[in-house]
Amino acid sequence: MWSFSNISKIIDNWLRDTFNPTWTMVIEMVIAGVCVISLFAILGLVLVLMERRVAAWIQIRLGPNRVGPGGILQSLADTVKLLVKEGMTPDGADKFLFNLAPFIAIIVAMLLMAPIAFAKDFQLWDMNIGVLYVSAISSVMVISILMAGWASNNKYSLMGAMRSGAQIVSYELSAGLSILAVVVLSGSLNLNDIIQSQSDGWWIFKGHIPVVIAFVIFIIAVTAETNRAPFDLAEAESELTAGFHTEYSGMKFALFFLAEYINVFIVCAIGATLFFGGWMPFHIGHWESFNHIMDYIPSSMWFFGKTFFLIFLIMWFRWTFPRLRIDQLLNLEWKYLLPISMFNLLLVTAMAIFGWYF
Amino acid sequence: MFIVNYIKDIFSGVKSLAVGLKRTLYYFSHHKEIITEQYPDNRATLVMADRFKGEVVMTHDENNEHACTGCTACELACPNATIKIITKFDVSPEGKKKKAIDKFVYHLELCTMCNLCIVACPTDAIKMAQTFEHSVYNRADLTKVLNRPGSKIREGVE
Repeated sequence: MWSFSNISKIIDNWLRDTFNPTWTMVIEMVIAGVCVISLFAILGLVLVLMERRVAAWIQIRLGPNRVGPGGILQSLADTVKLLVKEGMTPDGADKFLFNLAPFIAIIVAMLLMAPIAFAKDFQLWDMNIGVLYVSAISSVMVISILMAGWASNNKYSLMGAMRSGAQIVSYELSAGLSILAVVVLSGSLNLNDIIQSQSDGWWIFKGHIPVVIAFVIFIIAVTAETNRAPFDLAEAESELTAGFHTEYSGMKFALFFLAEYINVFIVCAIGATLFFGGWMPFHIGHWESFNHIMDYIPSSMWFFGKTFFLIFLIMWFRWTFPRLRIDQLLNLEWKYLLPISMFNLLLVTAMAIFGWYF
Repeated sequence: MFIVNYIKDIFSGVKSLAVGLKRTLYYFSHHKEIITEQYPDNRATLVMADRFKGEVVMTHDENNEHACTGCTACELACPNATIKIITKFDVSPEGKKKKAIDKFVYHLELCTMCNLCIVACPTDAIKMAQTFEHSVYNRADLTKVLNRPGSKIREGVE
């Protein structure tokens, strides 16, 4: 009854009865925009706190637990601190690019929210090329990083940005090839079709070994794409000071910081959608009664549960593995991940043709 | 041959990663291992290490007697003039004048807790206490006199 799709249908019907179609569309767009921005804000707060708590527990200590019960107001305090900080622009900085870079990062993150299905029938834009769109728009992230590094008028920022750009561009290849494994099996780029094709089991179980390999490569590649975990040489605190966002402070830094966490959420959402079924509950083949019981849990809870499990996985990686040097990073991609993912694609194609999957 | 080594490399790499992940998952799930001291909630049971250097105090026994002879070895040993010894002359019952300590002035705001004064003392009169909550609202509270009023040196010392 109270599913997201029902609520949106009720609001849609009410708006259509009250206003003419053009105004309905405009108001719906405004509502969608407000929802996306508030989701960003909430996710930013939750993910920052989750990161600090998970990091602390892994390091045998407690995280922030004083500000508010269990530390939940800590992110709010951090946000207020970032908002009241002075935003300084360095002397010889290219003002236009310097100011534009964080906004491009946030715009990319917002655009990527469009094809993601948060619950059954609850998508901003059901497009036929969902997977291709995600892959393409996430490439624009490189531009914002290079702009930030160049416009800072700081040779260390520039080096950090160049390294980060090289890293992101290389890992996009493996990420794309591993996404292709699932696309080949389900036969469509449309995210809704991919989710529907998992109604008798998630692809990670149905397509056995090749899809598991594809998932492992996907997780490694997206960890490197979002500049996280053992691949964060470009922005590691003790390496090139703070890499491409050294010269940013106050609100602009907050935007970069937010964009990083939102990107983590988005790539985990894509991973959950492609490999773990998105909002599709855990179904086993044609066991009708079991599947029926599983359907009682709301689809949005399935989606967020899977996404947060993948986010936990990425955070777990960060606090377990030592940082990779830039040459080790690129070595890993070009000499190991890319050949394996190409070979894996071959396996998946053979599997799909001969029907050797469940 | 190259391909065999390549595949072996991959498998050994993944295995080592899995070992690391297992260890951190253990720490994540076992909260009993947390070694953080949850101060200030644990003031009642807090025990500092023996070697913890808090502030300098002068030991007094049950009869309010201490072991400080006023030799100023600690004042000379202190690297930043935290200690100032003020001496007086005691007149013993036979009319002999003997030097004794009047005030042991200790500036806690200057002390670096380096332990040099304790090492320099020939009679073990001072030691490092284990207190660490030294914040005060009035700076004058940080200038302390270490020998208690009415105390005098113990017989047999020096």
